Amino acid sequence: MKLTETLTDLANPTRFLALTARILPWLAGVTAILLAIGLYQSAMAPDDYQQGATVKIMFIHVPNAWLSMFVWGVMSVAALGTLVWRHPLADVAAKAAAPIGAAFTFLALVTGSLWGRPMWGTYWEWDARLTSVLILFLMYLGLMALWRAVEDPSRAARAAAVLTLVGAINIPIIKFSVDWWNTLHQPASVLRMGGSTLDKAFLWPLLVMAIAFSLLFITLHLAAMRNEILRRRVRSLQMMQASRIAFTSEAGSGSQGTAPNEIGAA
Amino acid sequence: MSALAALIRRDIRIALRVGGGALIGVLFFLTVTVLMPFAVGPDLALLSQLGPAILWLGALLASLLTLDRLFTADHEDGSLDLIVMSRTPLELACAAKALAHWIAAGLPLIIATPVLGLLLNLDGTATLAVAATLLAGTPALTFTGMIGAALAVTLHRGGLLLAVLVLPLSIPVLIFGVAASQAAISGPLPFGTPFSILCALSLASLVIGPFAAAASLRHGLD
Repeated sequence: MKLTETLTDLANPTRFLALTARILPWLAGVTAILLAIGLYQSAMAPDDYQQGATVKIMFIHVPNAWLSMFVWGVMSVAALGTLVWRHPLADVAAKAAAPIGAAFTFLALVTGSLWGRPMWGTYWEWDARLTSVLILFLMYLGLMALWRAVEDPSRAARAAAVLTLVGAINIPIIKFSVDWWNTLHQPASVLRMGGSTLDKAFLWPLLVMAIAFSLLFITLHLAAMRNEILRRRVRSLQMMQASRIAFTSEAGSGSQGTAPNEIGAA
Repeated sequence: MSALAALIRRDIRIALRVGGGALIGVLFFLTVTVLMPFAVGPDLALLSQLGPAILWLGALLASLLTLDRLFTADHEDGSLDLIVMSRTPLELACAAKALAHWIAAGLPLIIATPVLGLLLNLDGTATLAVAATLLAGTPALTFTGMIGAALAVTLHRGGLLLAVLVLPLSIPVLIFGVAASQAAISGPLPFGTPFSILCALSLASLVIGPFAAAASLRHGLD
């Protein structure tokens, strides 16, 4: 009951703007501190007996890869919010998340191939994990194109929500691709049944970096949502102004045309 | 039930008549296949090795080409609004339309496969394997493609977007289709494993496709 009340409270964009304006500086500060701690720990982490210093790419690569899937999950929940509950902030959240998710996925692919060059001897290999993450990146781009193809935000939101939910099928395929197909990419070693196989010296910096990147996502996401709300306000103000100009020029020339309010109401 | 049968009959009849575009898909399939020897060279051994992949890519592109027609024509002449407003559940109507589209545009591709297999120097077993995987896999292409077609028709100018949205979703079908036909030709994996995954993909898209397409039509056309 408490949660639904909070969600309804946040449905008011003005209240959301006021709340996030207070939270965002703190969130950004904590993110910066945690990132600094995580990066320091990563730099101080010992070299791997097999991989040498290149193992440190992991501290950037793994959080990016986790976030690339997590953001699609957030967008799927927002898509449900759009289609089922018609929550007014859900489509704002979904739209704001897509470019951030695409950026995380891109960084995961780039750091992964930089890591793959010294380890596997190749920048790119068509194995199951790499291919499915590349598909995820393509789907992020397609989704962003879909958002831009429709002018009316609420229509675009519903079309994008359907595609997001269909694309969510890809997420478990990516997660389990390393277990289903025995290919070059190593199987899961942090979150697995029977505890992590990672040494403590690597596990701690990785966890700090994972939390820092998650906070980074939340910070960027809230800021992007604020921008999107403000952009929509500017858009509706511009449309009101356009309809007012159309109305006055029409009244001045005395011509008979279509009702000017149609533009403002659209 | 009779309404759905009438819808299927009507869609097949429209698709096969002049301007319906279903048979242009087969012509496109033939053209793509004929282009390949010009691109990779006329080496028959290489062509027979690449054969299944070429045929699958051709079929994928051909079905993508015809998917655009699935809802656009009905949207332009207004019959899509009647289908949305009718008492038949929209999910069933979408499934019926996709079935009709598969019969009119997908089946001819499979029937054309043996002829195209000859051009690519495929032997009997290989041709049979490719035809079987296409028979099992093209329903998945149609039913997932229908989601993109439904999204595109509600966007009014989404024809190009359709390809970008649908192709990533069709990659698993392509992977397992080609894997199964390669397995039948050269091994070492058994044919059954990728083939049953292909059938599973088709069955899953049979369930997901109509619901997603109906949802986007319902939300898009108001």
